[in-house]
Parts: sequence; structure tokens; C-alpha cells
Amino acid sequence: MSGFETWNKVRADEIIGAHAGREGSALPILHALQEVFGYVDGEAVPLMAEALNVSRAEIHGLISFYHDFRATPPGRHTVKLCRGEACQSMGADALALQARERLGVDWGETTADGRVTLEPVFCLGLCACAPSAMADGKLVGRLDAERLGSILDKARQS
Amino acid sequence: MSRAKIFVPRDAGSIALGAEEVVAAIEAAARSRGIEVEIIRNGSRGLYWLEPMVEVAIPAGRIAYGPVQAGEIESLFEGGFLGGGAHPKRLGVPEELPYLKRQTRLTFARCGITDPLSLADYRDHGGLKGLERALSLGPDKTVEEVTLSGLRGRGGAGFPTGIKWRTVQQTPAQQKYIVCNADEGDSGTFSDRMIMEGDPFVLIEGMAIAGVSVGATKGYIYLRSEYPVCRFVLDAAIAAARAGGVLGDKVLGSAHAFDIELRIGAGAYVCGEETALMESIEGKRGMVRAKPPLPAHKGLFGRPTVVNNVISLASVPVIMAEGGKHYQEYGMGRSRGTLPIQLTGNIKYGGLFEAAFGLTLGELVEEIGGGTATGRPVRAVQVGGPLGAYFPRSLFDTPFDYEAFAARDGLIGHGGIVVFDDSVDMVRQARFGMEFCAIESCGKCTPCRIGSTRGVEVIDRIIAGENVAANLALVEDLSNTMKVGSLCALGGFAPYPVLSAIHNFPEDFAKHSGSGVKLAAAE
Repeated sequence: MSGFETWNKVRADEIIGAHAGREGSALPILHALQEVFGYVDGEAVPLMAEALNVSRAEIHGLISFYHDFRATPPGRHTVKLCRGEACQSMGADALALQARERLGVDWGETTADGRVTLEPVFCLGLCACAPSAMADGKLVGRLDAERLGSILDKARQS
Repeated sequence: MSRAKIFVPRDAGSIALGAEEVVAAIEAAARSRGIEVEIIRNGSRGLYWLEPMVEVAIPAGRIAYGPVQAGEIESLFEGGFLGGGAHPKRLGVPEELPYLKRQTRLTFARCGITDPLSLADYRDHGGLKGLERALSLGPDKTVEEVTLSGLRGRGGAGFPTGIKWRTVQQTPAQQKYIVCNADEGDSGTFSDRMIMEGDPFVLIEGMAIAGVSVGATKGYIYLRSEYPVCRFVLDAAIAAARAGGVLGDKVLGSAHAFDIELRIGAGAYVCGEETALMESIEGKRGMVRAKPPLPAHKGLFGRPTVVNNVISLASVPVIMAEGGKHYQEYGMGRSRGTLPIQLTGNIKYGGLFEAAFGLTLGELVEEIGGGTATGRPVRAVQVGGPLGAYFPRSLFDTPFDYEAFAARDGLIGHGGIVVFDDSVDMVRQARFGMEFCAIESCGKCTPCRIGSTRGVEVIDRIIAGENVAANLALVEDLSNTMKVGSLCALGGFAPYPVLSAIHNFPEDFAKHSGSGVKLAAAE
């Protein structure tokens, strides 16, 4: 399902080069790298620092500051559960517990078999049809235990 | 028979409830019958308990059906829904639905009605009139109109938009910027998302008016990454606006140049704060800047910059088209015009309700929202996002007005209301207020960075029943330090949900004291 390319320095350099002329290009580059590889490999840090003429610490700081960027590959499937108040009011905490127990992972972790990554998200803007989730990019509203169970089962089996 | 026109929203909420499956089912059903249909992906009308809401165009207007699931499409075709035929899911004329009829849709006038990506449709429904008028009036008079309208920043701070524009206009510089803050991170809000998905040209038009007025040739929309549907729609709308001459070297054929670039955030809530947002566009960590200098003097890349929320900018076209005075006539006190209020969480009729300022919290939650979705009594509502206060029913007479909420230690923020039923544990909610701040703090100032983490720890001690009265006093003290000592609204307002939970729901905290110790906060 993930369909990410394996890390490749030459390809990364191309991606960085394509954006490097833009004003404030660091975030667009990090997004582009993550879209292709699923994460931002440590080798990208010196490449970006060189291209943007900043220190490696600055690039590392971006990756660790922004919740979206990953320094390690994600599982084949990513399930994001909203933890915002609107979703809490409709039972999101119980669903979060269900997901963590069923997968045996905590927030931000990937199952041992590398199949599923569980991530928190603070609001998908689906607050009028809470609780909500995003499973491999697909938005889900009015999530309940049964639907979550089938999403998790499907992710664990493929 | 001519091609039947069917509307199925391409709104993230509708999609999350099955709109894509509905579209596929309509296409399959039409194909099997040899009928040609044109499916228009409109925005949502904002009645989420009825989504996906499918509408068909008949000679007399439009007929709505909802909530429609893919499995019901066959029976809809059997019932002749293309001609507005009977069906258990038939809702009738959408504009006649009481929820819509009671609203005053100025900013959201076209949302759900037009094809969001058709510039021709936008024009046919009154679009671009505001920009045309701004171009003919000239920059000075345009800023005067915006000032006259009484429009205040809809992102939450409520700063008068006209004054902000005037400051940038009067600051000389080679390059100025318009930055649209589309980092709508507050739980319980989605009005930015809805307008960007349902009527993106109104935002583009508003930004162009701002650019032309203050002398900025470049605009950025900073969109949060959690809104993929918005990204798709905005990309297409910006391209269409360029092709249609709304953006580019000659805005609507005038001497003014203006273009827009879309930038995607990366999951940091604090980037909704204007200075952190600009740092992020510049390619840095979203660390808050100290003010002054104001962004209007030294903003993005050190240049004079207008930073406005999506709804503020999207309200400008109607102000310019109808005049500032017309807009100013709605509302109460110093809160003029309309506010798209978002009714969310545990609520029966969740959705977007645009109305003039002045409705009370009780009217919105009980009457319009219909109480809770679970059917249990409403116990608490959080207004204004994760940094907003929790109000009990006893404060339901508070009118929606910036000053009225402030007077009761709350804020209207971006206009989101999250409803909780009587199963809510307010100690948990108070803890979450601190936890959220700890997760999202940018780390620049100490009260926010350290205060929030200590806040979680102290509330954990209260939950464990340790020295409850003393620890509550400590939370109060810590909260006050964060309020007055933080650099931005994240640390400065994070105490609002915490203190309001303690003050308005003391019984939940008293439960943890065990020995029945009288709590200072409960007095």
C-alpha cells in the first residue's frame, strides 16, 4: 500500500535541486522528500544543508520540530486518529485505547511486523461528524469501534 | 432529455461520510440505464448530519436528498430522483431547510451552490464584483470601506482588518506581502476548510483586493497539511484564476499585479500564530517572534505584511460588493457583520451556521444545534478551540460577541463550539488543555514550554488525590504566570480551558479530594 521508493541519494539530490531556488524552500523540499520516500533519511540532512547554505543543525531542527516529518520509514499502512476535543466529546479516547491495544503500539509507533503506524492528529476539520480518522489518506467520519476494528484488521493483514 | 445535473459535495466532511462512493454509485446506476448525468462537485451547505447531501437540478430549482449512502442510489433512481421524485431521503428545496433559512449567509453565500472550480459560475453568482469595485475606487477608498465595515480578524484575535491594511499601505517598501493564515488548527472549527473547498475564488478575490489596496504583489496561502482536499481545490482554483486573468501581471486587466503561492504546513499547531507562520514560510522552525516589530511593518522576509485569517479575507469581497455600511449593519456592539459559527462535537445538528453576532450560546447549542447527539443533557461547551474556555449551562445567556465572551473569561476565537454531554470529566479536559499546550509549544518562552508540562504533572497529582486543595492553588498560580508571561496566545490562552474547568465545574475536582476538603477554587 505504501508504494514509497527506497532511499536514493541521487534521486533526493534531484528533488532538492528542483526546489532550491524558491524563497523559503526548506518545507517544500522536506514534504517532497517525504512524499517520495515516506520519510526523510538522515543522509538528506547534509544534502539540504549544502543546497540551502544553512547548517545541518538547522535542517535537523526542522525535521524534529514539525510533527509531520519522520526520520524513519513508516509502516505499510498509516492510521491517524484525531485526538481533538470535538472528537473526544464523541468517544475518541476509547477508540484511541482500542487502536493502541489492538496494534500493541503507542502513538507514533509502528507494529513489529512493519505493517501499521499509528499516529495522532490534532483535528482534521471533521468536527461536525466526529470522531474522525485518516487511514492511508482516506478520511473517515463518525468512526465507531466496529469501523475502526475493520480498518485495523485490514491494515494488519495486507 | 437533456443531461441531468447532480450535485455531490467535494467537501472533506462529505467525503469522510461516503461522498466518493456515492459518486461512483451514481455513475454506475446512470451507465446501466443509459442516462447521461453531469455530476458537479459543489461545496457543502454545512448541514453535516445530512451529508452526503445530494442535490438534483430540476426546472424549478434544486431538490436535496440526504444523508445519502451509496447503497441507496438504486432506490433513488427507481424513485425518479432526477426529476425530484419521492424518496424517504428527500429533503425538498435546500434553501427552505430551517437550519439554512435562519442563517445570514454573506461570506458563505455561494458555498454549496456553485461549482467551486468554475470561474464563470463564480461570476454568475456575484463573484468578482468586489474586486472590480476595489479597482475602480482605488486603494485608499477600498481600505476605508473595509474599515467602515467593522470587520475584525476572524482568526480569533479580533483586530480590526481595515487598520491592519492601512498600516501596511502606509509603510513604504519595494515588496509587500499578503499572507492568508489557513492553518485552522483549532478543534471544533472547519469554516476555513469549508470555504476553501466550497468557494475558493472568494478567498482568492479577497486576497487580490488586499494586494491591490496595500500595494502587495505576492500572496501566500499557508495551508495546514491536515486538509488534503483543500490543497487539491486551491491548486486548481489558483490555476483557474491565473488563466482567467484574476491573478497575474494585470489583475482583471488593471495595472496591478498579484499572484498567490500555496504553502503547506507540517502539523505544527503553533504555526497558526502569525509570526510562527511567517517563520515557517521562510523555511524555519515555527518559532514565535517577539512583537514589535509588527508584521505590518516587518513581516514575511522582513517586509510589510498583511496576515489575515481565511474568513477575514473571504468576507472582503461581499463588503466591497455591497459596501462597508451594509456589512456593518449586522451584528452587535463592536462585533459587526456575520460570523460563521461551527456547531461541533456531541451535537445533534452539527454544522456551519453563519449569522450576525448576537445569538446566545444557549440558542446556538440547544435550539439550533438540537442538544447532544447522544441524547444526554448538555453539560459543558468549549468555545474558541483548544485555548477557549469551558462554559456551563448557567452561562448560556452569553451572546456571541467578542467583548461579551471576554467579560466572562472566555473567547469566541474562530467561532467553534464543541459540545459535551454529562459524561464528560472536566478534570480530564483541564489536563488535556495543558497536555495540548505541552505538545504544541514552540519552546521559545519559558512559561509556555515549561509551564504546560508542569501543569500536566500537577493535574495528575490532583487526579491521584494528592493535596488537592494545595495543588489546585498551584494550578491557578501557574496558569496566571502563563497568561501574563507567555510570548503568544498559545501559552497565554492555554490556561483558559484549565481555569474555566476549575471555576465552572468545581464538583469534578472536589471528587478527587476524597476527604471532602473544601476547595479554594470552588468558593
